[in-house]
Amino acid sequence: MLYKNKFMVAVPAALLLGGLATTSQAATLDDVKEQGSLTCGVNVGLAGFSAPDSDGKWQGLDVETCRGIAAAIFGDPEKVEFTPLTAKERFTALQSGEIDVLSRNTTWTATRDNSLGLNFTATTFYDGQGFMVSKDLGIESLEDLNGASICIQSGTTHELNLADYFPSRDIDINTVTFDTPDQTAQGFAHGRCDVLTSDTSQLSALRLQLPEPDSVEILETLISKEPLGPVVRQGDDQWLDIVQWSIFAMINAEEMGVNSDNVDEMRDNPPNPGVARLLGQDGNYGEQLGLSNDWAYNIIKEVGNYGEVFSSTVGEDSPLKIQRGMNALWNEGGILYAPPIR
Amino acid sequence: MSRSPSGDRVALWRNPAFRAYVLQGVLLAALAALIGFIVTNTMANLEARGISTGFGFLDERAGFSIPQTLIEYSGDSTYGRTFIVGLLNTLLVSALGIVVATIIGFAVGIARLSPNWLLARLAGAYVEIFRNIPLLVQILFWYFAVLQALPSPRQSLSLLEIVFINVRGLVIPDPQPLSGFAATPWALLVGIIAAITLGVYAKRRQARTGKALPIYWLGAGLIIGTPLLVFLLTGAPLEWSIPELTGFNFSGGVRVLPELVALWLALSIYTASFIAEIVRSGIQSVPEGQVEAANALSLPGGITLRKVVIPQAMRVIVPQLTSQYLNLIKNSSLATAIGYPDLVAVFSGTTLNQTGQAIEIVAMTMAVYLVISLLVSALMNVYNARTLLKER
Repeated sequence: MLYKNKFMVAVPAALLLGGLATTSQAATLDDVKEQGSLTCGVNVGLAGFSAPDSDGKWQGLDVETCRGIAAAIFGDPEKVEFTPLTAKERFTALQSGEIDVLSRNTTWTATRDNSLGLNFTATTFYDGQGFMVSKDLGIESLEDLNGASICIQSGTTHELNLADYFPSRDIDINTVTFDTPDQTAQGFAHGRCDVLTSDTSQLSALRLQLPEPDSVEILETLISKEPLGPVVRQGDDQWLDIVQWSIFAMINAEEMGVNSDNVDEMRDNPPNPGVARLLGQDGNYGEQLGLSNDWAYNIIKEVGNYGEVFSSTVGEDSPLKIQRGMNALWNEGGILYAPPIR
Repeated sequence: MSRSPSGDRVALWRNPAFRAYVLQGVLLAALAALIGFIVTNTMANLEARGISTGFGFLDERAGFSIPQTLIEYSGDSTYGRTFIVGLLNTLLVSALGIVVATIIGFAVGIARLSPNWLLARLAGAYVEIFRNIPLLVQILFWYFAVLQALPSPRQSLSLLEIVFINVRGLVIPDPQPLSGFAATPWALLVGIIAAITLGVYAKRRQARTGKALPIYWLGAGLIIGTPLLVFLLTGAPLEWSIPELTGFNFSGGVRVLPELVALWLALSIYTASFIAEIVRSGIQSVPEGQVEAANALSLPGGITLRKVVIPQAMRVIVPQLTSQYLNLIKNSSLATAIGYPDLVAVFSGTTLNQTGQAIEIVAMTMAVYLVISLLVSALMNVYNARTLLKER
């Protein structure tokens, strides 16, 4: 940047403008290395994606993605500072340079990608907007929701989807908007609304917070596509590539059968040239990113491949028990597909 | 150089008034340059980052719904309209809050000075409790602990089967005016004008003859009686839409959102505790002798309070009351915690998030609060000027 923030401190608007002026346009990688840690924006609390566990340690799919990126840069997954953000705060935090990467179940949309000065990197979770209702209401389809009150989180794509979906089908609904997933779930639990709507993954997580999880059901109909994944600032291609290829490395590792248990063995005796390239035994794919050549090895060794992370955070080994479904690999019936490392 | 110590002509630069102007001018120019620098720098940064700027977004389709709108609004309305909707909701809860906070505040403030021990202590307890608990906690208390504990729509508490209270709020019958109803509001206006005229006349008459008219009763009679009479004479042209439970919710009637009620209660009760203290200090600032003099004239207690003490206390009360009103308006932005759709929630919350135009939206929101505050302040200053002690 041409201008530095000499005078900004005195100005009330400094909070926003100062932030925009100070973070340098390119070379987020250098900044991160200088800080000694990655600053990662995550959800304020959403089981399976990002929530502190009983020891106060952040856990979840979005959190592990951040740890993966940190492992790629530093070889150490713990070099991450987590910044909890609400849906409304997230983009400003990224734009102003408060965080280096936003990994917070954020839907990839045209507006967000094109006019907010942001770049989406990859999809870590394919989701859709669903509906959770109390079982005793006997709801079978969305048509039955005529006249219902729907609890929703403000500042999400869900608000827009609802207004697209229901009026065009002449179904009359009332929305009740809350700030955080937690407040939304409370509103639903207290009966402020009949229906809770969100990404189905979030619904599975929120359901576990209810006093009686078995009294509710998640309807099968989805009304939208919600590709969720990490976001970075526009204008720093190297940084975009690092975040993107860290995720691709995790997906490729699963596809090649490389996991945190066998990664050492695989590195020493690569079973095929693909694994050799992934684990830095052939080529200089890490160096191309401005990282060390064992970047992918570090991710897999420290954090695991995509499948391992999925199953321990949201999948079968987690309380959420979300099926792989769409999020299975392309060759296993899903749509998860990472470009090859070569 | 024409220097003359005796001073018919002094060099320009030695003229204090001129120097002051130059200094002020330089300062102003520096300030303008600073602002210009900030604006261009911000624009350059935004441009470089590919963040779109400008107010064009106000004409775009908003595409989200708002649970309480005082004007026509749908998901197809523009972001500009969400701004108006949010603004009106903020004004609504602020106005309701100011009225109730003032009533409770005055009642509690006066009660605190009551010779009745119990009443005075209760008022004292009220002030200490509600003044010392953070407002946000009180809002959440009213919303989650009190209002959300109400029964579901199917088990609504009802009053005569026409008013219903449940977790979704209060549902009351909605009056639907039929033809001929228009005469009633006009009658109300006539009643109000008549009451004011009567008030002016009564004041003059009292000044002339010393005799007082029961002006409050007469005024109330005129304001309520006139429209009522006209309403009945025109054949009561009003139909009531009675709420009815259909499917999930009540149809018909008017619904008052629990979010509005919770915010209104919390704002009123919290601010009232401060107003009570202001009223107390105002009353205590009136010299004891004034009350003693009134007693010596054997004025009844009520009249002493109303005509002697409060008017003098108002001079102390009004400026502080203004700050409390401003606080209440600004505090209404805590609405976002419980989902009441005020300006901050729908505009600098949802709209900002959907469009990403942070700078424009934050600037507009700040400007709105500034303008509202300045307006309230100006109105209160006018009132203050009128109640000032007239030194003759």
